[in-house]
Amino acid sequence: MNTKNFIYALHLADNALILAQRNAEWTGHGPVLEQDIAITNISLDLLGQVRNFYQYAAVLYNGFSDKQKEEVNQFIPRLWKEYHRELQEDDLAFLRDEHQHLNLLITELPRGDWAQTVLRQFFFSAFQFYLYQQLQNNTDQQLAAIAAKSIKEVTYHLRWSAEWVIRLGDGTEESNDRIKNAVADQWMFTGEMFIPEEFELVDVGALKNSWTKKIEDVLSQAALELPRQTWIQSGGKGGKHSEYLGYLLAEMQYLQRAFPNSTW
Amino acid sequence: MNNSIIKYCYGDYGDKESSTGGGTIKTSANEWPLWEIFIRSKQGLDHKHVGSLHAVDAQMAIENARDVYTRRQEGVSIWVVESKYIHASNPDEAESFYEPANDKVYRHPTFYDLPDEIKHM
Repeated sequence: MNTKNFIYALHLADNALILAQRNAEWTGHGPVLEQDIAITNISLDLLGQVRNFYQYAAVLYNGFSDKQKEEVNQFIPRLWKEYHRELQEDDLAFLRDEHQHLNLLITELPRGDWAQTVLRQFFFSAFQFYLYQQLQNNTDQQLAAIAAKSIKEVTYHLRWSAEWVIRLGDGTEESNDRIKNAVADQWMFTGEMFIPEEFELVDVGALKNSWTKKIEDVLSQAALELPRQTWIQSGGKGGKHSEYLGYLLAEMQYLQRAFPNSTW
Repeated sequence: MNNSIIKYCYGDYGDKESSTGGGTIKTSANEWPLWEIFIRSKQGLDHKHVGSLHAVDAQMAIENARDVYTRRQEGVSIWVVESKYIHASNPDEAESFYEPANDKVYRHPTFYDLPDEIKHM
């Protein structure tokens, strides 16, 4: 298998992992118990996808020739190299530094208020939905199988988050204000989804129309306007991140770095 | 003077963690209605009451029930009924309602001799 597939698996996993970690920040702090469980469920669903992608990436890496290993060396955690054992999913999740992550910037933004959280989930789930629809037909059978398995839960995430966007947009003056601010804040981070990177095995540019149509449809039901602003913030897929990612990783990776190879 | 009341929601323990981001929310009309949840665990069985939860409408009640009560594959179908539509018997009337049945054992089919071959009665 190609090194591109390895890097692409990392990208798909990083997207889901960083958003899973962000959503998990709501655990125990949700606005009501029922929605606390809902957002935590979504977080766990994403974490399930993460495990599949990292496990696959680790299998690929362990089977690589020395030359291939050299090609992807920049993504391999330094600490793991001292372990002298095969690469595992947890090494990829807990030992890589900021610049080795290839997640979309929108996934690392702070959780913000509930409006920010559900809007980000909506933008991202809509993207994942159209992406996985394509990915499930990919010639890389393992990635295709993970996409086919995940698309059912993504369909639910999309439905859940879209309903919240509509509920807030079409709700009270305050809820409308909050979701409007969220749209204004996050819009510039959505364009990055559709700027192709070399390692991507799906033509993401081609997803933009369906995605935009879905977003327009839901925002209009929510009495919200699609922003006109066209400036796009990008860099996440290339390993250039906002300051937020470092703090997130510090919290998430602390245990494995302080107590290497610890398990429970 | 600011007379607004800070209401902490489920799980909040301080301003920073508050779901309102430290702002205040009005205390009235903020409680979502309660719903009773019934789950059918598999085809052919009846829906059983499993508990209750809060939601703003039936649609949300079904989704909340999906998240709260079917995470471990407990069900294939969900019914929700707003709790205010459930009418219950009065516990104070328990004596007149249920006790008269106590000494009427003949209402149970326990006086028949069952053939040994029948195992599951």
